[in-house]
Amino acid sequence: MRQYILRRLLIAVPSLLGISLVLFTVLALAPGDPFAELVTNPNVPPEVAQALRTKFGLDDPVHVRYLRWLAAMTQGDWGFSFVSRMNVDTLILQRLPTTLYVIGSAQVLALLIAIPVGVFAATRPYSIFDQIANTLAFIGFSLPTFFTGLLFILVFSIKLDWLPFVYTTDIKATGIQWVVEQVRQAIMPVMVLGLFQAASMTRFVRSAMLDVIRLDYVTTARAKGLGQTRVIVKHAMRNAMIPVVTLVALQMPAVFGGAIVTEQIFRIPGIGSLLISSILSNDTPVVMAVTFVFACLVVLFNLIADVLYGWLDPRISLR
Amino acid sequence: MLDNELRTMIDEVKDGRMDRRAFVQHLIALGLTAPMATQILAVGGVAMAQSKAPYKPTKRGGGGPLKLLWWQGATLLNPHFATGTKDQDGSRLFYEPLASWDAAGNLCPILAAEIPSTQNGGLAADGKSVTWKLKPGVKWHDGKPFTADDVVFNWEYARDPATAALTIGVYQDITVEKIDDLTFRVLFKGPTPFWADAFVAVVGCILPKHLFADYKGAKSREAPNNLKPVGTGPYKFVEFKPGDLVRGEINPDYHMPNRPYFDTIEIKGGGDAVSAARAVIQTGEFDYAWNMQVEDEVLLRLEKGGKGKTVYTTGGDIEFIALNFTDPNTEIDGERSSIKTKHPLFSDPAVRKALALLVDRNAVQKHIYGRAGRTTASFLNGPEQFVSKNTKWEFSIEKATQLLEEAGWKVGADGIREKDGRKLKFLYQTSINGPRQKTQAIIKQACQKAGIDVELKSVVASVFFSSDVANPDTYSKFYADIEMFQIPMTQPDPAQHMRRFHSRFVATKENKWQGRNFPRWVNKEFDAAIDAAEAEVDPVKRAAFYIRANDIMWEDTVVIPVMHRLKVGAAVNSLRPVLSGWTNDTDNIQDWYREA
Repeated sequence: MRQYILRRLLIAVPSLLGISLVLFTVLALAPGDPFAELVTNPNVPPEVAQALRTKFGLDDPVHVRYLRWLAAMTQGDWGFSFVSRMNVDTLILQRLPTTLYVIGSAQVLALLIAIPVGVFAATRPYSIFDQIANTLAFIGFSLPTFFTGLLFILVFSIKLDWLPFVYTTDIKATGIQWVVEQVRQAIMPVMVLGLFQAASMTRFVRSAMLDVIRLDYVTTARAKGLGQTRVIVKHAMRNAMIPVVTLVALQMPAVFGGAIVTEQIFRIPGIGSLLISSILSNDTPVVMAVTFVFACLVVLFNLIADVLYGWLDPRISLR
Repeated sequence: MLDNELRTMIDEVKDGRMDRRAFVQHLIALGLTAPMATQILAVGGVAMAQSKAPYKPTKRGGGGPLKLLWWQGATLLNPHFATGTKDQDGSRLFYEPLASWDAAGNLCPILAAEIPSTQNGGLAADGKSVTWKLKPGVKWHDGKPFTADDVVFNWEYARDPATAALTIGVYQDITVEKIDDLTFRVLFKGPTPFWADAFVAVVGCILPKHLFADYKGAKSREAPNNLKPVGTGPYKFVEFKPGDLVRGEINPDYHMPNRPYFDTIEIKGGGDAVSAARAVIQTGEFDYAWNMQVEDEVLLRLEKGGKGKTVYTTGGDIEFIALNFTDPNTEIDGERSSIKTKHPLFSDPAVRKALALLVDRNAVQKHIYGRAGRTTASFLNGPEQFVSKNTKWEFSIEKATQLLEEAGWKVGADGIREKDGRKLKFLYQTSINGPRQKTQAIIKQACQKAGIDVELKSVVASVFFSSDVANPDTYSKFYADIEMFQIPMTQPDPAQHMRRFHSRFVATKENKWQGRNFPRWVNKEFDAAIDAAEAEVDPVKRAAFYIRANDIMWEDTVVIPVMHRLKVGAAVNSLRPVLSGWTNDTDNIQDWYREA
């Protein structure tokens, strides 16, 4: 097992190198530059914009820039943002808690809805409950988050005036009041993201469960005289969870990566909004760092999923 | 003759033989405008009537929080590094310049004891130096005194290329010398009629020497105070999260009486303009939102029975169509739109004039810009004393058709006009932006009726406005026949705004297309007018030169002005923001208050 993990980690190194190379090249080839706003500003002479480009090394060939970035990265230096002239790691760490809180809650909400509903629907396929759950799931994942987000704002903030639609990171309250406010402002974004996720996950859990529930060993368990709950939870669910674990594991990096659209709509200062604003202002070091961290997380969680399979199903052995 | 008469009159006002009102009326009779007359008096040595906005609060503080919503948040808080207005706005809460601009484009003292003038000896007669006096007793937020040493340091800091300050353009060509602790002099290389650039408004914000002295030059990025401003401003720094939030609290030792009114201030960033308008006008969650680039129709709907309204300020921002004077389809030495070529269609003035007649500015205003735009025929739309009264525009498909017929452009079999085998076909490019695509459609329609075929092209803004040498779609490469965008006027003086069309700034491959004269228009008479204006100290003659320069552009149809754009903000009904179209929204933040 330990050997397996070590081998997987070693394999990850060249693939991460490859990913970083591709990312860097694509970003370098992408049109636009971080000093675009200066060009139309008559206060900044063209020579100044040029000098800044040289200073930040934007005029060097791509491979030189890549090697420089790689060398710095291996020493733990993530570089600094062209736009805010701040270290990239501070910028990301500042945004991380908000993203973890909002997107994490949304994922938890999604799981809390998807697993019971999916399992219950699978035990009674084509019943009224299953039909309703299916219909709602289809509606749920057909509606894009930017639409439900705006709809929620119009209904809950503007018409009813119950919830704020601008997320604030510095709530001026303490104790219980602070917690209440923190929850209140997260309700809408968490709902929007969570329901969207729950919809597709419910479908997934249901079909995984349906596959398992018809197998002989489930029938055997029933024939032994075990109760319905016990059969479902202990015998069927554990095996049905394998594809679900894959799905959740691949979702985990997204928890860190933020949700670009939803964060933008509710002005949540998370990683997603950092990424989009950096992309729009061509702030390459930040875009590079965020996407690269994302890539690392994908690799890592894939490994975790593989390890979990072995625990869920002892027939799968890892070598 | 006019000049002599003016001098005599100014002397009469000075001696009290003629009152200001009579003087202004005389000038109006001579065909000059009232603001211009006041300007003349100021330079002639008569103090300007103070145009301070009324400020009602009678004590400092007690106004509660002021919540501002910028749909792009500030990303840094060092005014010398500010890449856009969002950053300047954020740092302006804490840092202050010597003076700021009011709505009419007049200077108001902030850290200066008074505005330099010829009368108080601040302005040298030859226009080569300005002496500023600082307000005594001003303290930095950390209690250290503010002196002329700080001002001199800011000049040294910004002009050092290693600092990589974006304000270097303002400071690199001047010399600043300290006279005493509260007096310093700015020396210019030549006569400089517009002297109020350095140390004024957002580019003039002063950093404390004692905190930044060790971080001048290459180490500028490492200064801890880049993220924790210590200024002289009405608000003290509390917290900063790049792109998200800037927070400040009242400065109890602020140097202006009864100011500021609010106890805390915050600028929240992010999101989009429409929802920002909602948060102010409809729900009142925030007090003020900036840069409402939202269709007027939407704003009108939000305003109905809402808690806020839109506020408009007039500057000189101009949305216009530029005509390419070179040929975008012929390549010379690897360069399209080369200055060595002539545009095959626009070399005929009739075509340019016809095109100008086909821009229906009324329709554009009515259907697109609404209250945020004014129709105009001039490229230069402010301040008042520089605005030409000689230009006019009209929309007439008949006249355009007639003009083209007379010039020999006949309708061909396909309904498109042609002459000597050249068809009247244009490529019309602009950046991707709702209002611009609609304007393109309106103009294309009119052109079609007149037998001109227009092909529309829109480029992503981040590409269109970039300085990327490798990209063919930038506005400065201009690989199209006509293009449309907006040029903002960042200060109430036409020098920078008009200079760009001087022939020495033509964009070429050689200068990496960084020349600002992107229509590649060359006109000796225009060059002469600009050169003369830039060396002219007499404001009347100087204004006359700029008016002439504007008229030459109009006569030659270099650009077709589409809309004089106003700045739009959104404020809750109780807020009294002090804004100016000539500067950033927060440039007079100390004067903002709320009325019950």
